[in-house]
Amino acid sequence: MGSAKQVDPAVAAEQFIIRDKVHEPMHDRFLWAVMQRRDREAAAIPEWEELREIASQIKEHTLTHLDRYLEEFEANATRRGAHVHWAVDAAGHNEAVHSILRDHGVTELIKSKSMLQEECGMTPYLEHRGVKVTESDLGERIQQLDHQPPSHIVFPAIHKTRQDVAQLFARTIGTDPNHDDPHFLTEEMRNNARPRFLAAGAGMTGGNFAIAETGTFVVCTNEGNADIGAAVPPLHIASIGIEKMIPRVEDMGVFLRLLARSAEGAPLTQYSSHFTGPRKGGELHIVLVDNGRSRRLGMLDFWHSLKCIRCGACMNTCPVYRRSGGLAYGATYSGPIGVILDPTFDEFKYSELPFHSSLCGSCSDVCPVKIDISDQILKWRRVMAQKGYLPFAKRVSFAVAGHVFGHPEEYHAVEKIAEPAVAHAPHFLLYNRSLNPWTRDRELPQLARQTFREWYLANRSTHAKPEHRS
Amino acid sequence: MATQTEATNPVPFSQGMKIGLFIPCYIDLIYPEVGIATLELLERFGLDVGFPLDQTCCGQPMSNSGDEVNAAAAERLFIENFKTYDYIVGPAGSCVKQVRCHFDKLEQTEDVRHVRQGTYELVEFLHDILKVDSFPWAEFQHPVALHNSCSSIRGLGIAKPSEIMGPAFDKTADLLSKVKGLVLVPVDRPDDCCGFGGTFCVTDEAVSARMGLDKAHDHIRHGAEYVVSPDMSCLMHQQGIARRAGLDLKYIHVAQVLNGGPF
Repeated sequence: MGSAKQVDPAVAAEQFIIRDKVHEPMHDRFLWAVMQRRDREAAAIPEWEELREIASQIKEHTLTHLDRYLEEFEANATRRGAHVHWAVDAAGHNEAVHSILRDHGVTELIKSKSMLQEECGMTPYLEHRGVKVTESDLGERIQQLDHQPPSHIVFPAIHKTRQDVAQLFARTIGTDPNHDDPHFLTEEMRNNARPRFLAAGAGMTGGNFAIAETGTFVVCTNEGNADIGAAVPPLHIASIGIEKMIPRVEDMGVFLRLLARSAEGAPLTQYSSHFTGPRKGGELHIVLVDNGRSRRLGMLDFWHSLKCIRCGACMNTCPVYRRSGGLAYGATYSGPIGVILDPTFDEFKYSELPFHSSLCGSCSDVCPVKIDISDQILKWRRVMAQKGYLPFAKRVSFAVAGHVFGHPEEYHAVEKIAEPAVAHAPHFLLYNRSLNPWTRDRELPQLARQTFREWYLANRSTHAKPEHRS
Repeated sequence: MATQTEATNPVPFSQGMKIGLFIPCYIDLIYPEVGIATLELLERFGLDVGFPLDQTCCGQPMSNSGDEVNAAAAERLFIENFKTYDYIVGPAGSCVKQVRCHFDKLEQTEDVRHVRQGTYELVEFLHDILKVDSFPWAEFQHPVALHNSCSSIRGLGIAKPSEIMGPAFDKTADLLSKVKGLVLVPVDRPDDCCGFGGTFCVTDEAVSARMGLDKAHDHIRHGAEYVVSPDMSCLMHQQGIARRAGLDLKYIHVAQVLNGGPF
């Protein structure tokens, strides 16, 4: 899985910020507003924190008994008439999907949003083999037309303004580039997409939850696009990560209360569709995908990330994500959850992601299944440091600082020369953009003439050290 | 699992105990007045406060970047400096969080456990241990925006994070409300990170600066003259941003307000 090049989220985020005065502030404000709606919705449920705890425990229980629940799910889904396939990795998933399509002579596919299919790189794989793939979720369709991956796991095109979308639709489906009314644009896309639903030989969905006791899977959307995709073409294929298992139908009462509130500050998604076996006259295939999940389950520090229900709340609350835009992460998953998931796919390529965080901790507190995201980000930094992936400048300066901070006499010697050195340093040195990133957008703090230690020696030195603990 | 870690010193506080004053390196060098205010304030309550002269840094810049190897010497020195004190008090949420939450890679000897459990951030020490109910010597006739740092809120639990549901509390605001004349102005995003984040502020300069600028605008929009925080490191960053942007805001530590100076 090794990749040639590290992604550099700090540079990409800077591009997003300096691009113009519109995109970053809009992105930040929109997602902040989503967070405020989320806070209001969560506050309206007195047992919110208890729900988070229960959800976390259900997920922990299921993940620690995953073999049992996967087999139970397979048996029950099969009993209901679904065909269950197992895929060990992305390639296995894509091959399974392609062979189902080939067996049915399908050349046109309509699909709803699925981060797992993104993760597997399914669309380019199928298109390379002559299958026409159309995204039916509005945001995903926008991103597909713009040849970009989704920038957010719930709002795929949230980094775009409606003017961007008007221009894109003008280029791709022939609308008026100056007509940027969202209702107009949505209606145009609806009219553009509808014939594709009718032409498609198969519909694909993901799955938010897979219920072991019934073999049911649940798909949550707001546009109803997954339901048309599953209901119109005769063949329905669902890709589901093995971590999506939950034991019982009644567990949905916990997760559905948390999901939409956390994701978008709404009590429920518009559609929470339960699929149990194929519809009359139709055919249902479920592809259960591992793709690194069982390996992650064995990682002591990181297996809790498998509890994720893909609500995106950690992205909305993240002050760094809001200023960066999701594309800056250069990976399938962006934001705080991406920072801890992506390195499990390629440690070197994503070695800079754990540093693209101020470690404010808000992600851990907002997470509806209580993943310790912020702690895992710090633990990933430790992994990257141990592997020698820290940037060179950081490695050298920490080695020097680590030595000096461990030796008080050297520290105080450095202190003594620091103030006069900074006071007399030429302005161009201190305020050089590339030498000192601090001063690009900030003035330097001034070092004091007298350190606290010097003041203390002059004023309080008589009782510097007590002899014993009492 | 939880990021919040309340202090858990098993030794009940009593007058006459030895208090170790922990002055983080950047306060020693750049903001000695914060150290002076902290010491004077603790002395006002008749406490026996000592300042170990060999202290340097808690190791946070290295540890925060995942570099535990280079953090270890500073962490071990910290333990040596403070192991003989009953309570250790520092005017810096993020440095206290480093000691309490992230000295976990050291061998957990009795001394290490004692120092980790006994290290308090100034606000929580005043609020939870001394239970101070008045600051009769202090007066501050200015509108103030309060900046509780992320480390203090989500690391040490000195205020309720907005994401967590339940009754609101804010220990810093509680203390400041006892200062004559002081008015706290409400802001739009009280606990959205200001973008300091330690080394993050230079490795991710553009994002950090944008976060800081948004923070300063939030403060000035609501009529604050002063920004007061238990974490001077956040303020060092915010102050640099505000100065460059020409925004008229003053930045001081909560210890300076509670002690009535020095400013």
